[in-house]
Amino acid sequence: MADGAALDLDDLGLDRGAALLLRYALADLQVGAALTVHGSAPALDVHLRAFARAEGHGFEPVAAATQLRAPRAASGAPHIATLRRGEASAARWVGAERAGAADAEGTVAHPPQTWGLAARGAAVEAGGPTFAFQLAWREQLWTEQAGELYRQAASAQWDPETAIPWRAERSHPDVVEHALVQVLTYLIENETAALVVPARFCAQVHPHFREVMQVLAIQAADEARHIEVFTRRALLSGLPLGLSTTGGQTSLKTLVDETDFALASFLLSVLGEGSFVHLLGFLHVHAPDACTAEIMRLAAQDEARHVAFGMAHLGRHAAEDPTLLARLQQAIEHRHDALRHTAGLNAEVFDALVLLAAGAMTPRAVAAGHAAVAALVEQMDAGRRNRLRRLGFTADRAAELSALHTRNFM
Amino acid sequence: MTGSRTDDALVLGAVAYDAKVVTIWDGFQRWFAERGFAFDYVLYSNYERQVAAHFDGAFDVAWNSPLAWLQAERVATARGCKARAIAMRDTDQDLTSVIVTKSGGPIRELQDLRGKTLGVGAGDSPQATMIPLQHLAEQGLVAERDFAVRRFDVLVGKHGDHVGGERDAARALMAGEVDAACMIDGNHLVFLNEGTLSRDGTRVLTQTGAYDHCNFTVLDGLPRGDDAAAKIASFTEFLLAMRYDDPAVRPLLDLEGLKQWRPGRTSGYRLLADACDRFGWLDPFLRQMGAA
Repeated sequence: MADGAALDLDDLGLDRGAALLLRYALADLQVGAALTVHGSAPALDVHLRAFARAEGHGFEPVAAATQLRAPRAASGAPHIATLRRGEASAARWVGAERAGAADAEGTVAHPPQTWGLAARGAAVEAGGPTFAFQLAWREQLWTEQAGELYRQAASAQWDPETAIPWRAERSHPDVVEHALVQVLTYLIENETAALVVPARFCAQVHPHFREVMQVLAIQAADEARHIEVFTRRALLSGLPLGLSTTGGQTSLKTLVDETDFALASFLLSVLGEGSFVHLLGFLHVHAPDACTAEIMRLAAQDEARHVAFGMAHLGRHAAEDPTLLARLQQAIEHRHDALRHTAGLNAEVFDALVLLAAGAMTPRAVAAGHAAVAALVEQMDAGRRNRLRRLGFTADRAAELSALHTRNFM
Repeated sequence: MTGSRTDDALVLGAVAYDAKVVTIWDGFQRWFAERGFAFDYVLYSNYERQVAAHFDGAFDVAWNSPLAWLQAERVATARGCKARAIAMRDTDQDLTSVIVTKSGGPIRELQDLRGKTLGVGAGDSPQATMIPLQHLAEQGLVAERDFAVRRFDVLVGKHGDHVGGERDAARALMAGEVDAACMIDGNHLVFLNEGTLSRDGTRVLTQTGAYDHCNFTVLDGLPRGDDAAAKIASFTEFLLAMRYDDPAVRPLLDLEGLKQWRPGRTSGYRLLADACDRFGWLDPFLRQMGAA
């Protein structure tokens, strides 16, 4: 009892959690100070010796005869042993470092790879493993809007089972249904690219930028849902799926192959998904049934968020890195060159869009459908030019670059 | 190994009782190298071969079990040289072993072991066999005379470094195959926590006195060389300077199960020496080494 600190374990043994009380009591003491331990659990003296040795504390047993004479604790338990606090329990945290701060203002420009998977703001023990997250510079990916975009996305998630009127009446002609299935087939492969690309970068983002990681994860989840509902709608009529063309896949492969996050995000989100927002809006308006119309409306909402995230982080990136716009321009030109000899949007998809807008195989209806698709292409172009200007390109350069965008839309 | 004797590295001999031994000594090798100290190691599959190789001058320092320490010390004495324990883990000091039995069974006190069967660890385990049997002998209970012994020989030659023998003995107690079982105090807590032993169904029958475990052993004058003593002195200094708050070395200390290296002491081997003298356990090895 020399130093005064005492712990009454009552009948709690080290096999039932007493280590927790011991650790807390020892943590309050100076190194070298004594803790008088009382207790009545079986073999407590045996286990206190083992505990103290393993955790680097001193152990002084109390002889059975002394136990009988020594004052008892409030529980009536005898004095079993005295522990002396060692250095090791605190030594583990020497050199520990806070991994930034938890709130969105708490990011650092270049988090060390040794912070690894730790929560932003956690105290990280020194000497841990070194990770290899490739996207580890704030400038590369950060936007202050990421947290809000994630929260919006999380609250806007919809359940395909209940959100879509799968049993809505379908009274359109077979030829229109064939056209719809072809468009859906095209959408599925485009959305697959839009899932694969953020999913891959998600695993490369330093978890310090957790909001970005979360946005990319939910973006991939959005695309998974789109693939699901497009497929389910395509199968409703029992028709086989449509065509997948070499030109379409070649165009998408340039997105999948892009290893630079900024460039991939620019080509996919700003240009591709930006164009798709218009396409889905077109399909919502010209959908032959209520089920298809609702699918397109919900998918367009999701895509608009993806575009917003791309615009937000690239806008910030461009403001910090004066070379970014030149690199983005180069990326469009490079992709255009790579796709120069491909067919672009296949005739089947183009015709299917016309037919969906036409609603019938009459010359007058087809003329109206064709005009609607031409208007869609103009809308897409106007949207791209607008976004390119917001990123900092001049109006002329924006028009020039928009014209080089893939004829496959995505 | 052959190459290492041609350079100026201090070479350690250790027994590969587990795959993690490679991780541990590779890690220490890197730690020493970063401080400009040449260190290498050679692994043996059993302590007897390691002790014999030590006397052949195959390496400078042995990481010895307590039984290997006694073997080295006795051979050294017979050959007119001196074995020294230069360092040990903090966790090598003041261990005890316990003998556990079932609560409410026929064994109420120590003398009730007569005619019963005691489960022990490997035949060469100081902590799970030799010291508990000596403890009982001091109380008048002699193995194979007053009670039967059932050995759980996991990895013989490794002097009980592997916990498997103790765990098998504990399982045999729960299965009713033995009436009592021997284990280190810390393993008793482990076996309770992992459920190998029943909390309410078992109790500690007796506890041995405190004893020490492994140490770094050197043999004065072996191997021969002008700088041998200086290398060993540097090695000891480096060991004692390792700190648990150093993140570079802490994972290795955790793997090896210590918080701090301490200067070696040999006062904690009395119980084991008494056991070996009583039961003659060292004799075959000492005869083999020409030291009987």
